[in-house]
Amino acid sequence: MTMPLLELKSLNVSFAGRDGITRAVKDLSYTLKTSETLGIVGESGSGKTQSVMSLMGLLPHNATVSGKAMLNGTDLLALSQSELNRVRGKDIAMVFQDPMTSLNPHLTVGAQMSLVARRHLGKSKRDALAECRLMLEAVRIPEVAKRMTQYPHELSGGMRQRVMIATALLCKPKLLIADEPTTALDVTVQAQILELMCELQTDFATAILLITHDMGVVAGTCDRVLVMSKGECVEENFVEPLFATPQHPYTRALLAAVPRLNEVNTELNQPTDTAQRLEARGLEVTYSVDSKRFLAAAHQLKALRGVDLNLIAGETLGVVGESGCGKSTLARAVLNLIPSSAGDVLLMGESLQKLTTKQLRAMRSDMQIIFQDPLASLNPRMTIADILCEPLDTYHPNLSRAEKLRRASIMIEKVGLSPEQLTRYPHEFSGGQCQRIGIARALMFEPKLIVCDEPVSALDVSVQAKVVQLLIELQKELNLSLVFIAHDLAVVRQISHRVMVMYLGKVVELADRDEIYSSPRHPYTRALISAVPIPDPKIQQSLGFAAISGDLPSPLHPPAGCAFCTRCPLAEPRCANEEPPLRAVGRSMVACHLAD
Amino acid sequence: MTGVSQQGHSLFRIAMRSLLSSKATTTALALMAIVVLLTLAAPLLSPWDIDSTDWDNVATSPSIETAHYFGTDDVGRDIFVRTLYGGRISLLVGLSATMVSLVIGVFWGAIAGYAGGRTDQLMMRFVDVMYAMPFMFFVILLMVFFGRNIFLIFVAVGAVNWLDMARIVRGQTLSMKHREFVEAARAGGVSNLNIIRRHIIPNLLGVVIVYVTLTIPQVILVESFLSFLGLGVQEPMTSWGALVNDGAALMESAPWTLFFPALFLAATLFCFNFIGDGLRDALDPRDSAGES
Repeated sequence: MTMPLLELKSLNVSFAGRDGITRAVKDLSYTLKTSETLGIVGESGSGKTQSVMSLMGLLPHNATVSGKAMLNGTDLLALSQSELNRVRGKDIAMVFQDPMTSLNPHLTVGAQMSLVARRHLGKSKRDALAECRLMLEAVRIPEVAKRMTQYPHELSGGMRQRVMIATALLCKPKLLIADEPTTALDVTVQAQILELMCELQTDFATAILLITHDMGVVAGTCDRVLVMSKGECVEENFVEPLFATPQHPYTRALLAAVPRLNEVNTELNQPTDTAQRLEARGLEVTYSVDSKRFLAAAHQLKALRGVDLNLIAGETLGVVGESGCGKSTLARAVLNLIPSSAGDVLLMGESLQKLTTKQLRAMRSDMQIIFQDPLASLNPRMTIADILCEPLDTYHPNLSRAEKLRRASIMIEKVGLSPEQLTRYPHEFSGGQCQRIGIARALMFEPKLIVCDEPVSALDVSVQAKVVQLLIELQKELNLSLVFIAHDLAVVRQISHRVMVMYLGKVVELADRDEIYSSPRHPYTRALISAVPIPDPKIQQSLGFAAISGDLPSPLHPPAGCAFCTRCPLAEPRCANEEPPLRAVGRSMVACHLAD
Repeated sequence: MTGVSQQGHSLFRIAMRSLLSSKATTTALALMAIVVLLTLAAPLLSPWDIDSTDWDNVATSPSIETAHYFGTDDVGRDIFVRTLYGGRISLLVGLSATMVSLVIGVFWGAIAGYAGGRTDQLMMRFVDVMYAMPFMFFVILLMVFFGRNIFLIFVAVGAVNWLDMARIVRGQTLSMKHREFVEAARAGGVSNLNIIRRHIIPNLLGVVIVYVTLTIPQVILVESFLSFLGLGVQEPMTSWGALVNDGAALMESAPWTLFFPALFLAATLFCFNFIGDGLRDALDPRDSAGES
């Protein structure tokens, strides 16, 4: 048995705060061998990030660390700052969650990468740049020479994360710590990055410590998994037995909460009324983007390029697509929160575009929205009671305060919180609770339609399942129509009756949920579905992550013909010239020349 | 998340409690109260009047026997009384001019920022035009038209200071406007005025309060500058600024004429800074609710 690369012995991390000492990590021990991947899984607040931050010496000043962390025989926790600086970046490298904020926006890619090479490898400027170029090629960035001179904001999210990984690997570190490296990315890009990391690990023989909350990611990449809850390790095992026979109830709960693409365990509402609640015809939204050149005409960015949809009472329409495909624009255009440049939206037969401001304001109580970031959608200076009563202040100003509070208490119980919590402020609640409050606020209007803009993507998996279940129950009870926007296909499957797939501001496929998941017809839909990590190591590791390559083209200059043709594996010459219309194929509507 | 208090979460009470929980703020508040009380009670505390000259004691140092607690200046006027009377003017100018700039600036900036588009352009260009006006010229113009009057100083200083406030508030509003809770309020049919009043302005308070605490001292100093030029308060009335200017001239022969007004001025400015810091923290529910 060789000596492990990293050995943690009873690591404790605690923070001194206003309300005493919080123990973030309790007695954590594990080992990591060379070129092994260890996954650390847990919900937010489980201490998984703090445990690795302590290894890097990146904890805030009010933190106390005890225990031992032996990397190749040196105790990292006993090193001084200057000694740590020699280790950091050279022996240990880190990839953070958000590639935008972890790159310096004022330095070009080449400049910031070469700094690392010069510092740790002692290379001259020229050699360092050459080294960086090689490394960028290794992470498969196209047009390396051009990328080197670009600034981070000019790159896509996936590209930035590749740059981060390349920077991390520059010094051939023995240990790479990846803290939620794909959480901020789309599924398709996530698949590309994960595949890249697996390949690089074999090339560079690096040990990887992968921190994530996504069981699907773990299943495909890790050798061993460590499950953390409330600062403690509750279970540690090789990946296959962990998924096959989870021992600890927490692991089991975590696994059960993961939404799976191939199985649906929710009971949906059966719509009875076939009256159209919502109809959109040829909806287009154009933003003008200022040109960089002086006095040049502004660019026209078409975020929505003619979208039709319809929705009956008690039905849910799921909308999926990568970021930048116009999902959120659609949500706001449907509610008339942003002006549309063409097309029409009808809510219960009434055209919203033709209403006066006053009439529109009156209609607003029928259509509500739930936002992605639960905390940001609640005014931090208002109590929950005030937040919930605001709809009543607007639409029923004659009610007494007591009556308003009574209704607010009923509503807050309906979403699973208690009326005593009405006097609190939003920051006193967890993400999931805030989202429940957001739902309660939307329901205070007694709406007919709720547009949910990524309502669960900011929440932990176990909380996601509960919020989705709550929405389904409320739909049954109140006969709500829902537009459910998400980038997570598995979640969409749990709640939607029909699913609409969008690409660059257009609908590429629309079908009943079982139809679209069992026989996707558009190549983009197929790519999206295959990119979703499956929380089962046997299936996932045999499949690999291969999906589609490349990034979403700039919506400023969408490709001619079929928008997807630049990334489509099946593309034919005519795809680049002719734009495919949305047509019925089987039981689906597909916009592809090749679908049949 | 602990149940700090299940009820009575009134923002005012929390703010008061948190304001008083900080030692620096409490001290500042107490000191401020003493200064204000002294200025109000000035006639009761000394036998001297603001313009009475004591020919027996010209430029004498502080003494209890003569009842010139802070000494006298070069024409035999009592510094103690003059400092307290001067405090009235300085505090009044500081507070009222700041209030004027606060009210106009916050509304102007919030409306411009929230409305955006052409309204924003027009409103902010007006601010730019006002900026371009030379301040002195503006004050002299006012004096010429309306005669010399202490209230004109308030108007002049307030009219210039709200421009900064409006710019700051507009910038903050622009970033606030696209926050999701504002969007939620728009989706909820809340009128624009109510969005500004309920959702935007309360969330600007932190920045506004800090700026106000910076403005009050600034205004007090501007007033002393105007007085120095002969455009501000006129003898025998005085202000801290005017007294400091007079005292500076006698710094070598009678340092107390500089020291005491300057002490009051400095103490007041310190107090405002600490109170401002305390207020900003106290009015933010995220901090004042204690643990979270």
